[in-house]
Amino acid sequence: METTIKTTCLHGRHTALGAQMSPFAGYDMPIEYAGLDTEHMAVRTKAGVFDVSHMGEVDIEGNDAQRFVNHIFTGDASAMADGQALYGMMTNENGGVVDDLLVYRKTADSYMLVINAANIDKDIEWIKGHSEGFDVEIADRCADFGQLALQGPDSERILAEVLGIDASALGFYTFTTLPDGTIVSRTGYTGEDGFEIYASPGAIVAMWDKLMDAGIQPCGLGCRDTLRFEAGLPLYGDELAEDITPLEAGLGMFVKLDKPEGFVGSEALKKQKSEGLKRKLVGLELDGGATARHGFEVLDLDGATIGHITTGYNSISVGKNIAMALVDARYGTLGTSLQVKIRRKTVAATVVKKRFYTPNYKK
Amino acid sequence: MAQIYYLPTHEYIKVEGDTGFIGISEYAAKQLGAVTYVDMPEEGDELAAGEEFGAVESRKAASDLFSPVSGEVLEINEALVDDPKLINNAPLDAWIIKVKINDPEELKSLMDEAAYSDFCAKQH
Repeated sequence: METTIKTTCLHGRHTALGAQMSPFAGYDMPIEYAGLDTEHMAVRTKAGVFDVSHMGEVDIEGNDAQRFVNHIFTGDASAMADGQALYGMMTNENGGVVDDLLVYRKTADSYMLVINAANIDKDIEWIKGHSEGFDVEIADRCADFGQLALQGPDSERILAEVLGIDASALGFYTFTTLPDGTIVSRTGYTGEDGFEIYASPGAIVAMWDKLMDAGIQPCGLGCRDTLRFEAGLPLYGDELAEDITPLEAGLGMFVKLDKPEGFVGSEALKKQKSEGLKRKLVGLELDGGATARHGFEVLDLDGATIGHITTGYNSISVGKNIAMALVDARYGTLGTSLQVKIRRKTVAATVVKKRFYTPNYKK
Repeated sequence: MAQIYYLPTHEYIKVEGDTGFIGISEYAAKQLGAVTYVDMPEEGDELAAGEEFGAVESRKAASDLFSPVSGEVLEINEALVDDPKLINNAPLDAWIIKVKINDPEELKSLMDEAAYSDFCAKQH
């Protein structure tokens, strides 16, 4: 249980704006300002800015930095270039997901890992616990950085006009470090083009104020979830957990099982791959108006439980009642008819692609 | 003038004789945001006081509905099927179910408007 709730550097700004606040991952965070739908559509059609200062940052430096990152990460750090960011997971010995994260390569012996707020303590213990024999320094940088996510098709222009940062040359999943140490990456969690900005708490507050003065829509965690969900992006705690593997979650493209030295969990994942998946993350489209929420049971047509809902929404951009569900792999074929138990009722559902909304990334 | 009573779970019951109109409070509607769906019971269902009888959903959350009293469901508000946002527009008019109040004594354990208003003020 949390005894004290943490706040980000922008907490006072959120309350002054009248945001609805709620605890998330131990932080008192804004859920919505103008309303979830308004904020969601602002990001899809123009731009919106999120306070994501609760995210954690960890620096890995030293002669063995690359080899060490490769040891704890499902992606191939040896294939990264300076200034590149890579999405992937840390997995445990059973192949379950410890966390999903972004790895930023500054140089071959200096990386920044960006981890989920809810997992910061667990991850840092995990990272340190697997570092024996590696010549690396592991530094918790969480308190040194605030973070903004500027997302939506107008983000590049706003970044230039309002914050004076020309990111037109930045490709998708690359980053640049400004002279004052601010890191700007072309990354995000919405299915739109956009940027994530890491800077000192003071600099983050100053940038936030400029964006507010320019009339950019502040966006809360409410629409962060609907946006990422529509784009088929997983959330740790919903689609990912210690007992769910990246392969089951459909994230095999981020798992490099052929790395010469392997990684923590790679043997279990290879075994799972060769034996075949027993569970699979699928998309569902539901009949009727009720929304399938996390934890609701998914049933076959005979009423037997074959899985559970991981996330579900009455979708804003897609205009349908949709969900992601972790189900028995035998029921994972597109077009399969299933049912979802919503309170006392069962609702008909069909297996569909889980990328409900086609992302508009800048290549 | 109808009397209104509230549960700590933010349902109201508007009492007219032995009939009760049950819905969610303005405070609850504001917290939920735009309502997307109302899950309602069947007419003729017998509810016990405190029993869950449905839910109000927004994008953000689903909020279970509990009956302030025991009684039979006389009518459900069909207008909410096509337009659940009526709850946001005028929560006290957009009742969800109409019930026959079996035992008016049960109303005494509920909060009146003043008590409910104090209760909401204490919710962070």
